[in-house]
Amino acid sequence: MASLQLEIVTPDHLVLSKEVDYVGAPGVEGEFGIMASHIPFLSALAIGGLHYKAEGKTRFVFISGGFAEVSDNKVTILAESAEEAECIDTARADEARKRAEARLTAKNENTNNLRAEAALTRAVTRLNLANRG
Amino acid sequence: MASLKDVKSKIGGVKKTKQITKAMNMVASAKLRGAQTRIERFRPYAEKFYGMLTDLAGKTDETAHPLLAARDDVKKTGIIIATSDRGLCGSFNVNIINAALKLAATKKAEGKQVAFYCVGKKARDAVSKTGYELPMQLTGQMNQFDFTLANKVGLQVIDHFLSADLDEVFLIYGQFVSLARQTPTTLQLLPIAPAESIEEKTGVTKEYIYEPEVNGLLAELLPRFIKVQIYRGLLDTSASEHAARMAAMDNATRSCDDMTAALTLLFNKTRQAAITRDLMDIVGGAEALNG
Repeated sequence: MASLQLEIVTPDHLVLSKEVDYVGAPGVEGEFGIMASHIPFLSALAIGGLHYKAEGKTRFVFISGGFAEVSDNKVTILAESAEEAECIDTARADEARKRAEARLTAKNENTNNLRAEAALTRAVTRLNLANRG
Repeated sequence: MASLKDVKSKIGGVKKTKQITKAMNMVASAKLRGAQTRIERFRPYAEKFYGMLTDLAGKTDETAHPLLAARDDVKKTGIIIATSDRGLCGSFNVNIINAALKLAATKKAEGKQVAFYCVGKKARDAVSKTGYELPMQLTGQMNQFDFTLANKVGLQVIDHFLSADLDEVFLIYGQFVSLARQTPTTLQLLPIAPAESIEEKTGVTKEYIYEPEVNGLLAELLPRFIKVQIYRGLLDTSASEHAARMAAMDNATRSCDDMTAALTLLFNKTRQAAITRDLMDIVGGAEALNG
């Protein structure tokens, strides 16, 4: 069976480049799974956890939205930030969660609710993944 | 004529200055290397991104998204200007600021309002003196920044553009051409110019499945495209800044050498003159005794 190459890139660095058996990613219209020989596919990603299986193990990576491109047995994830579950800074995420919650409960007219909610989702997802991975 | 002591202390001063400029040169070159690796690391992301965008842009037209639509009546222009926070880098910042102010002046002459979004202390300082609107100023961040900075600027201008507060947006930054050359570059960010996004695509185009459909995907992609361009501008500016500082400090070090040489010559001449004068005195005295 053809193998599948997974590459996760952020503006600051290449997070991951590795051969995998399966990739499950959080698309904006629902989670999707990719295996080798998938047809070309382009999707926007939501904030969430991406997981992949390699050497019989499942690993998780946090993705803060972005895009996934699949072609020629290669999955390229473009994300603004991405961290492997074991690299997540839980203290910082917890901090961010508290900040976002405070902003949402304060109901200040100046706060951008959409942005605060997105920040909250990011923080909570990070924490969940860190606990799982 | 300057006394021996004056000249000596001046030589000491110039030598100390040289030590500083030499150290700054080395620091700048180390930082430049850092900045260049960051550009390198950003390249795969940017390339993939442009690839996706060109692919999509070919499948749609300019009515597909508000960020693509050019406005007939342009009332207000936004200018994002990126400079360094610190000086001592030759004419680097001045060049960028001049380019920006020139653009602002032409826009103003066309009867448009101008608002500046400044990244970098030097830009802020220069613009705040001119009386143009200054809705955003980020200083003290050029030394260490990541994508979040571009994100912040990007979100702000996109917000203003979509709420019709701004009708067009330009980005002015110092493009890193080579170690010896950094040119101020103006780039139109908004509305996104179709000519730029539809470049010649080489190779066979594949038929993709899109999720969501093309326009929905474009709506996700375009705001990020703005941020990617801003980030690229910021990275370039930071690399240019260090390159410019390296050149400036190299020049300064060389001038210090020249000055030390000239001053040493002066010192020797002065000393020689003093010795001659003393000798003349002695000879004159001896002759008077003999006389």
